[in-house]
Amino acid sequence: MTAPAIELKGISKAFGPVQANKDISIRVMPGTIHGIIGENGAGKSTLMSILFGFYKADKGEIYISGNLTAIPDSQAAISAGIGMVFQHFKLVENFTVLENVVLGAEDSAMLKPSLARARKELKALAEEYGLNVEPDALIQDIGVGMQQRVEILKALYRKAEILILDEPTGVLTPAEADQLFRILERLKAEGKTIILITHKLREIMDATDTVSVMRRGEMTATVKTAETSPQELAELMVGRKVLLQVDKEVATPGANVLEVKDLRVVDDKGVERVKGISFNVAAGEILGIAGVAGNGQSELLEVLGGYENGTGTIIVNGTEIDLTGAHSDGQSRRDRGIAHVPEDRQREGLIMDYAAWENTAFGYHHDDKYQRSRLFMDNGAIQQDTVEKMERFDVRPPNPKLSAKNFSGGNQQKIVLAREIERNPDLLLVGQPTRGVDIGAIEFIHQQIVSLRDQGKAILLVSVELEEILSLADRVAVMFDGKIMGERLPSETNEQELGLLMAGITEMPDKPIIEAVEENLAHAGAGKEVH
Amino acid sequence: MDFLTLLQILDSTVRLATPLLLACLAGLFSERAGIFDIGLEGKMLAAAFMSGAVAYVSGNVWLGLLAGIGASMALSVIHGLASITFKGNQLISGVAINFLAAGLTVVIAQSWFAQGGRTPQLTGGARFNPVELPFAEAFRDIPIFGPIYAELISGHTIIVYIAALTVPLTWWILYRTRFGLRLRAVGENPAAVDTAGVSVVGLRYAAVGICGILCGIAGAYLATALQAGFVKDMSAGRGYIALAALIFAKWRPWYALYATLLFGFLQALALRPDLIERVLSFKVNGQLLDVLPYILTVIILAGFVGKAIPPRAGGEPYVKER
Amino acid sequence: MDVMPKWAEVVLVPLISLVLAAILSALVILAIGENPWDALMLMIDGALGSTYGWGYTLYYATNFIFTGLAVAIAFHARMFNIGGEGQAVLGGLGVALVCLYIPWPHWSLALVGATLGAALFGAAWAAIPAYLQAKRGSHIVITTIMFNFIAAALLNYLLIGALKADGMEPATPKFAESAHLPSFQDMFSFGETALFRGAPANISFFVAVLACVAVWALIWKTRLGYEIRAFGHSESAAKYAGISPTKIIMVAMMISGGLAGMMAINNVMGEAERLVLNAVEGAGFIGIAVALMGRSHPFGVFLAAILFGFLYQGGAELALWTSIPRELIVVIQALVILFTGALDQMVRGPLEKMFLAARRNKAEA
Repeated sequence: MTAPAIELKGISKAFGPVQANKDISIRVMPGTIHGIIGENGAGKSTLMSILFGFYKADKGEIYISGNLTAIPDSQAAISAGIGMVFQHFKLVENFTVLENVVLGAEDSAMLKPSLARARKELKALAEEYGLNVEPDALIQDIGVGMQQRVEILKALYRKAEILILDEPTGVLTPAEADQLFRILERLKAEGKTIILITHKLREIMDATDTVSVMRRGEMTATVKTAETSPQELAELMVGRKVLLQVDKEVATPGANVLEVKDLRVVDDKGVERVKGISFNVAAGEILGIAGVAGNGQSELLEVLGGYENGTGTIIVNGTEIDLTGAHSDGQSRRDRGIAHVPEDRQREGLIMDYAAWENTAFGYHHDDKYQRSRLFMDNGAIQQDTVEKMERFDVRPPNPKLSAKNFSGGNQQKIVLAREIERNPDLLLVGQPTRGVDIGAIEFIHQQIVSLRDQGKAILLVSVELEEILSLADRVAVMFDGKIMGERLPSETNEQELGLLMAGITEMPDKPIIEAVEENLAHAGAGKEVH
Repeated sequence: MDFLTLLQILDSTVRLATPLLLACLAGLFSERAGIFDIGLEGKMLAAAFMSGAVAYVSGNVWLGLLAGIGASMALSVIHGLASITFKGNQLISGVAINFLAAGLTVVIAQSWFAQGGRTPQLTGGARFNPVELPFAEAFRDIPIFGPIYAELISGHTIIVYIAALTVPLTWWILYRTRFGLRLRAVGENPAAVDTAGVSVVGLRYAAVGICGILCGIAGAYLATALQAGFVKDMSAGRGYIALAALIFAKWRPWYALYATLLFGFLQALALRPDLIERVLSFKVNGQLLDVLPYILTVIILAGFVGKAIPPRAGGEPYVKER
Repeated sequence: MDVMPKWAEVVLVPLISLVLAAILSALVILAIGENPWDALMLMIDGALGSTYGWGYTLYYATNFIFTGLAVAIAFHARMFNIGGEGQAVLGGLGVALVCLYIPWPHWSLALVGATLGAALFGAAWAAIPAYLQAKRGSHIVITTIMFNFIAAALLNYLLIGALKADGMEPATPKFAESAHLPSFQDMFSFGETALFRGAPANISFFVAVLACVAVWALIWKTRLGYEIRAFGHSESAAKYAGISPTKIIMVAMMISGGLAGMMAINNVMGEAERLVLNAVEGAGFIGIAVALMGRSHPFGVFLAAILFGFLYQGGAELALWTSIPRELIVVIQALVILFTGALDQMVRGPLEKMFLAARRNKAEA
């Protein structure tokens, strides 16, 4: 019997008081694709980072091809034939593709010969596995799909036999993701072992041979993919039965609350991010904006939220909003009945070092009910308000004096949501409402958004998760390269059609789809920054 | 203004630009690796004192230079500990180092020499003396080139020539060697270096070390070449000016040379108010001339001469992401 | 979860840092051939052993409270204001102009006028780097340092020119008698017993204490303070909440500069009663150590300022009676900044491990 390509025995790891991995054991056979699935914070990335020598395990052993191997640092992991493609790429933005591949794997102290050899090798690898890249392009000038291929090439250039991919499809269009999985199949056919970390059940079902499920730092099961079902995996992940579908009535839209006409946004570097888009959101409906991250959705939310400049027309409840003048800031937007759950709660929605009660007033700290006098804030009133909000939104632990950073992702999001929803806005902007949130909280958050809609509020939902958009939105608009490629009704569309729109393709091309996708992305991908 | 006077001004420009250039390149290595170093000033000052003290006691300027580099390196180690090992605030560490140098140099100077915080005058072999380049005298009579060669190019101390050579050397290291590639990478995205199996800590210490050596040479130049001995606070803000020059040069070696020559020129002008009066035919206030480099620094930082993008990971300690 | 209880973070970390700085300073004293214990005793005796000593200690502490608060409030907005020195120089100019050119009927009015003048000039001097930071992204650390140099040159220019009194010295004329602030000696001497005789501590100490209270209320009780702290923690979140970065940078830096400038009511109006060269004597820089040591909290700043007042007065005594020069205080100041501001992780790391281990033991028991 062949030895497993990788065997982990009893791996444990704690970060301060947080136990990220508890006594984890796993065997992966060579030439297979092994999936690791789990909710956010289940410890998947930590486990793989230990395997790659990025962190040191507190306890446990690692066997590579049957041999006990110490992996104190990434150098050791690379020597042991392990390559890793991180969720956030580890590339030097202003270096070329070639320089990034060579970095750390140079042949000698002089650069020239190393670069020359790498150029040849890169060409050979590209042909062997279908990993096309431009060696002399700067990373900052190429799209995320190609950046990911550079990461894979980096691993292959270092002779990796085991390839770990952490949430690899998060930034890809569905067509690009399909292409990635074809590349993985080819790597597997060449005898490479692949570990795929994801929270997407569909990817596990489509791409893997075996799958391990993690929950709260523990490995709860390892099964053959063919012998399981998405429902079973979801239950193993969460530890109870889960509803994968959101229950909601058909929308009864009223008058338009938000009207956007020919909106354009130019960023600090002079690049146009939003290129003249127009749409409406009516009272009592959810408009979902789908699209791969970095196609102008963030800038759209920022302009609507009042902290990015734009040109064009935005009308809320029949009155135009000032987009450039002195009244274009978050305060005036809130005064106009716009509430905003931002895409990145840790960077924008919360001050992580502020206590929960201080965060409850955040953005609304000018509200009369929070003032004691003209000069002083009424901290007591804010705390009381927080206690009540925490109870209604089931925030745990219900301690208003705890810093935001000490709450879990789901509870942080509930704090933001409670603050924004309870202000009773006419228009709610929501960006990535369930990113980094556990399944239990996802259900709760979705229910809150739907019930706000049912109260007759207008909701603009931006999400990169197609499933989320399809289950929540009453109408779907797809953004690509700063433009809206089309609007669809969820009942009359499917993931494949939306996937093509997300790559900027509005009608079926006469060449292979992936070629059309690549062409479009290469065109639009330059200089993109994903938050 | 006649040709010879112009040459004299340019000659002092070169002399005054030298410590700025060395400090600027020191900062370049450090900041390209992602470590901000506001402590260039303190390292130069410490090096100036130790080089002056050891050169005086031993009578050997080369020993002085070594001691100066040693003092600067010691402070570099502190900065490395604070900003690399203990992931502290790089700005505060730099500020602390500047005060440490300002205080210790005087305390020790007073304890050793009891001359009010200075070293005794250096003479002869305890100083770097001008180096006459070959044929300087022979060429002197050739028009234009002769005086330029004899007055401007020849007749500086060895450190001036070392500083000049450091510019192409820095360029070569940065863009043609493996070390340079890794150094630039660690200042842009240390995680890329770390996951490529290269030690971020090792690279950054190396960069901080090189910074220490160059600051050491710069400081030794102040006390043993530009002047004849150490006096209190003799670095006089040069470390900060070098930082401004570095920003002006957008962290590139050749531009660092041009930027520091510009500052050197301003300092040279400040030494010759009589000349300015003759050229402009009105009196320019001496204080204004003295602060001209500081004002130019502010103007440069205000970005009125083009926007500079610093190394992306600069100033932030490297913490592995969870 | 936070690993350490708050009291350890607030008290233990600065205290251990201080002890480390003290040990290293003792080694320096040993190295120059003096006895650190004797030196400490001499310092305590000279700075705290008499009301005269206290009068000096509190005089210096007054300076450091103002500059410490200045640095602290900038820290809350995540601005590093190294320009306290120059802002205090300009504050001195403001005080001098107010006291020289306005005939004050009574010292109390003069104090109000001088405080305003000092704050205004200090704030204005901080406003330029603040504006450049907010609008042009110019590194405020370097620009404020440059403004220190420029302030020194400006003062030099004025004191040998427009403001110069008769005589050789580069200084303004003495202020009018009506602008004389009550010293501690004036205030606390009863009949025959003259306390604080000849010491420069004066009523501005109480202004400094008031400033502590005011800054505390500003930071933790007002909307502006809420916004300043929010901006300091996260600029991107502040923007989301509709807090203008430009406004916060400008306001925080101008309050900071104003506080640094206000120290001039102590050293220029209260002590020298005229403007001389180098009147600030590095107090602007000591504010950095004071703010770091006091963890940017007004009460901490107050305590740290008293400590540095003691060190400063004690250091002067040392320079008088031993071969230890006054610059030793600069070394101590540097070490305090280093340990509390940059090497704090070195102190905190082992402490956190201790608390973590203690908690584990408790959990297991």
